[in-house]
Amino acid sequence: MKADGGRFERQLGGQVAGDRVWPRIVADRAFKGGVILLSVLSMVPLFLILAYIIKNGAAAINWRFLTNLPKPVGDIGGGISNALVGTGILIVIACAIAIPLGVGTGIFLSEYRKAKLSYAVRLCADVLQGIPSIVIGIIAYAWLVLRAGGFSALSGGVALGIMMLPVVIKCTEETLKLVPDTLREASLALGVPYHRTVLKVILPAGIGGIMTGVLIGVARIAGETAPLLFTAFGSPFMAYDIMKPISSLPLIIFNYATSPYPEWHSLAWGASFVLVVLVLGLNVFAKVVTRRWKVQF
Amino acid sequence: MTTNAAERGVRGAHRAEDSFKWGLYVAAILVVVLLVAMLLTLLTSSIPSLRHLGARFIYGTTWDPVASEFGALPFLVGTLATSFLALLISIPFSLAISIFLGEYFREGPLSSFLKSAIDLLAGIPSVIYGFWGLFVLVPLVRALEMKLGVAPYGVGVLTASLVLTIMIIPYSASLSREVIQMVPRDLKEAGLSLGATRFEVIRKVILPYARSGIFAGALLALGRAIGETMAVTMVIGNSNLLPKSIFSPANTMASVIANEFAEASESIQVASLIEVALLLFVVTTIINLIGRQIIKRVSFE
Repeated sequence: MKADGGRFERQLGGQVAGDRVWPRIVADRAFKGGVILLSVLSMVPLFLILAYIIKNGAAAINWRFLTNLPKPVGDIGGGISNALVGTGILIVIACAIAIPLGVGTGIFLSEYRKAKLSYAVRLCADVLQGIPSIVIGIIAYAWLVLRAGGFSALSGGVALGIMMLPVVIKCTEETLKLVPDTLREASLALGVPYHRTVLKVILPAGIGGIMTGVLIGVARIAGETAPLLFTAFGSPFMAYDIMKPISSLPLIIFNYATSPYPEWHSLAWGASFVLVVLVLGLNVFAKVVTRRWKVQF
Repeated sequence: MTTNAAERGVRGAHRAEDSFKWGLYVAAILVVVLLVAMLLTLLTSSIPSLRHLGARFIYGTTWDPVASEFGALPFLVGTLATSFLALLISIPFSLAISIFLGEYFREGPLSSFLKSAIDLLAGIPSVIYGFWGLFVLVPLVRALEMKLGVAPYGVGVLTASLVLTIMIIPYSASLSREVIQMVPRDLKEAGLSLGATRFEVIRKVILPYARSGIFAGALLALGRAIGETMAVTMVIGNSNLLPKSIFSPANTMASVIANEFAEASESIQVASLIEVALLLFVVTTIINLIGRQIIKRVSFE
């Protein structure tokens, strides 16, 4: 019967024949099962890490832990108060650099979308975002530590500010692009000068997105260790002077975790717990801000 | 008088407007200047090492600060081995997640749960991954090494790759998900209407269509793995020798900087470490720019 020697059926790979349907259905189910299995499996480390931090970290946390200074090995009751203050100071310095520069650049990019400079700046922001944090640490070292003659909070803050900058630029630009032109035109038509239109109409309309950018940027730098290794360096004392070395949460986690003393390990777990709560809290807060103050007209 | 005042007001507004525009330009130019200055700093600071070592820097296998010999090949190998191994292990997982979120469960509680979990994974600081790896993965790898009969260091290339795998999954997964979601509905429906199963549609329609986007996601994940410092430094064993197998302790470009820079005393060692940083900068920048270029092209289509 098969005039062409069954070639037509072979070409279809037997896909029309009833007896070949089952293997295909089985393959389909197996694939879906595999996708679900692998997806679930890749979440296992996350829960292991979180469980570990909660189990070991929550136990280490009490009022003394948060308010005491670190103590030498053997002394019980060391705390992380200087690291908390240090992280705060470093974040403030980073924000002082990244927010004005980042928001200004973001406004420029959304106002002069097609300018040649804008393409160059976007490229630079992309490149900045991809530079490994340790390289940024080396640059801050060359710029500030070598010149000022020592490790300092300022150099660490500058390194973190450079890391935060591209995030703020991107978020500001993306948000301001969403503000409708009609708003700007209405303001200009009323005779409001251009700079007041930007500052009093466009910026307030996009303030939610800019805040999100700042929060995400702070979350990105709060846990950074590598750029601080040879800039802020770390310090066992309470330090407020920005020209002196300063401690920070990720730095003490690194120092305590790689030490051979079990009691320091438990301090490191406690500090990890605080850091994870801080970083994830910032991320959640950023999401809430996005949802609340979305640009919508 | 009133016209004069008004005129002065207008002129003042003009001046304010000009300085405002000028301020915006300054901010934008500063960002460009910042990047150029960073690159120049790296270049000028590594000149002593470039002069002293020349090409030996790339192929030299001994890194010995005492003998003033700085061959960075062990770190190049360490970086390539850890990041490519991590990429290789992460691909099935990130592809599965992106198909899960981009095709099977696009909405609903399951997908929003997985999405938040991935965000969490991306948000955990790298030093904490290293800490956890040191206390959980290192003993596991050591037990494996004892079973296989190799020297049970626990730390080494494999351990670093495993930590990196966990860290880069969120990046490639979220990018691949976006491109898989962008596959036009009519293409998929055409496949389904011809009697293809969902698996066949994914294999023959979705994956080929999203191929370049998935590739870009993998590239960006690779760039991240190459530059990752703290987690790797804590679990790789910090050996300056060329790694012999995936179980050997090693060092990556980033980890050797983290280990030695603060203690580097001789200026030639500092310069060599800065040259490593320069190399790291160039490699990650090239990988990132290619990745971003592909993404831009994909999203324009």
